[in-house]
Amino acid sequence: MAKYVIETENLSKEYPYGFLNLKKKTSLEGLNLQVEQGEVFGFLGPNGAGKSTTIKLLMSLIFPTSGTARILGKSIEDVSMHQDVGYLPEQPYFYDYLTAAEVLDYFARFHRLTATDRRARVDRMLKKVGLETAKKIQLRKYSKGMLQRVGMAQAILHDPQVVVLDEPMSGLDPLGRREVRDIILELKKEGRTVLFSTHILSDAETLCDRVGVIVGGKLRGVGTPGEIVGIAAQGMEILFEFTGEAKNLPLLSGATKTGELFRVQVAEMELYATLDQLKAAGARIRSVAQIKPTLEEFFVNLVAADRAQANAVEVSGK
Amino acid sequence: MRNVWTVATNAFREAVRDRVLYNLVFFALLMIGASILVGQISIGIEQTVIVSLGLTATSVIGLMIAIFIGVGLVSKEMDKRTLYALLAKPVERWQFLIGKFIGLVMTLAVNTAMMAAGLYAALWVVKHPLERNDAYVLVAVYLILLKLAIIVALALLFSCLTTPFLAILFTVGIYVAGVFAHDLRTVQAVNLSDGTMRLMRGISYVLPNFENFNVMGAVAHGEAVAWRLVWQATLYALLYCAIVLAAAAAVFSRRNLK
Repeated sequence: MAKYVIETENLSKEYPYGFLNLKKKTSLEGLNLQVEQGEVFGFLGPNGAGKSTTIKLLMSLIFPTSGTARILGKSIEDVSMHQDVGYLPEQPYFYDYLTAAEVLDYFARFHRLTATDRRARVDRMLKKVGLETAKKIQLRKYSKGMLQRVGMAQAILHDPQVVVLDEPMSGLDPLGRREVRDIILELKKEGRTVLFSTHILSDAETLCDRVGVIVGGKLRGVGTPGEIVGIAAQGMEILFEFTGEAKNLPLLSGATKTGELFRVQVAEMELYATLDQLKAAGARIRSVAQIKPTLEEFFVNLVAADRAQANAVEVSGK
Repeated sequence: MRNVWTVATNAFREAVRDRVLYNLVFFALLMIGASILVGQISIGIEQTVIVSLGLTATSVIGLMIAIFIGVGLVSKEMDKRTLYALLAKPVERWQFLIGKFIGLVMTLAVNTAMMAAGLYAALWVVKHPLERNDAYVLVAVYLILLKLAIIVALALLFSCLTTPFLAILFTVGIYVAGVFAHDLRTVQAVNLSDGTMRLMRGISYVLPNFENFNVMGAVAHGEAVAWRLVWQATLYALLYCAIVLAAAAAVFSRRNLK
């Protein structure tokens, strides 16, 4: 058994362009990445950073200019590797003349499943992704979000050990995103390894054991979301209710009011003194939380440093 | 082989659901119109006219399907990115390619078989009962199908190499050149050098010789077709398709998807 489930060594991809394809554009540069058994690994980066390129290389949809990669100890050039790997393409598109049940059955056939097993799995998957009632409708009538669900279903249909998802939340409404999040967590609970790319940072923070940040085709850092952004708290945030006289609570002038609640930020060492002050003035403390730089801030800073990529940044989430 | 068959049956299903076989309605109308007209304007040559017209229509409609759908077999899947999920399954790229080829040839086989049935119906209307030699119409239809299989293989090869538009141009170009391959081989021109003649002969052997599959004239006149010709044409088509598909698979196996 290989130590790492997914492993790349100096994986690079250049695309030729220009007259007679004489010029080269580097899309991925010397990627060294290891994903361990049973972890959820988030691959983060702005559009055009090299996330999809990496995933397409791993799935042998494109071929590396140099370097190698292995999944479950098998070279990515070995087609049998796909027997234990599930893949959701970015903005998936399937044969629109087929129904969801037909397209899943079609893909299941490549995994040597019996007709009875195929039927049972297809029904189970359609139920899992919430397409049970639309299973007999041709995909040409499906919305983008519904196609994404079909994509998710075909990726996990054969109970793969490794699931690779390219922008799995893309095109989904909040409910759909939550369902995909639940599926990823369920896969983790079952001991499967998940690699997914995203530029929605809150998803990565919520789901990932580790993340890798890629910008401009280069891997900029790998670690837990906490390690990546640094774990030191930058201060404390207190949320409280106060209905008394403002003169009795001097710190009110520095607080922000949202609805019925006041929010104030203080240094960690001043926390207890501030809480005493609030208590004395009759304020009701609702919550106390650490202020930490988010992955989003880290990400934005990295991208800002890489000005060539800055225009492509698309940050959403928190 | 199972993967090839899975892709092939799906390609056939695609053609049926995309209403490719609707061309049969046009063919049926053509045959009905021809059988009504022929009875009125021709005396003694009904068979020749009906068979020639039917086989020509079978060939032309088949050619259009083979070229336009053949080129789209791979390029459409790459453009629409339906290939992504499929090639991430345990499927070899050559299996996908051969499956697509077989799927379209199956579609063409059904199409030409139905056209042959229509042709026989029209023939029966203008001269019944049918004669023994009328069975050779089936041989002509079979040879047309072999020709179409070569066209599909060529369309697949070119669509793996270049854009759909250029692939269509190249396939049509090779088809036209292939129709004249026999002439290229036997041409006797006094003003050409020996080197040029040898080059033309060499090219004529590389091009698909579609004259091998043309028995339309003989069949239209009720003549028999030698079985030796049928076997030779079958072997020739199989060999030619195998070589072209091997080249297509070699190109496609290293092709980067977008």
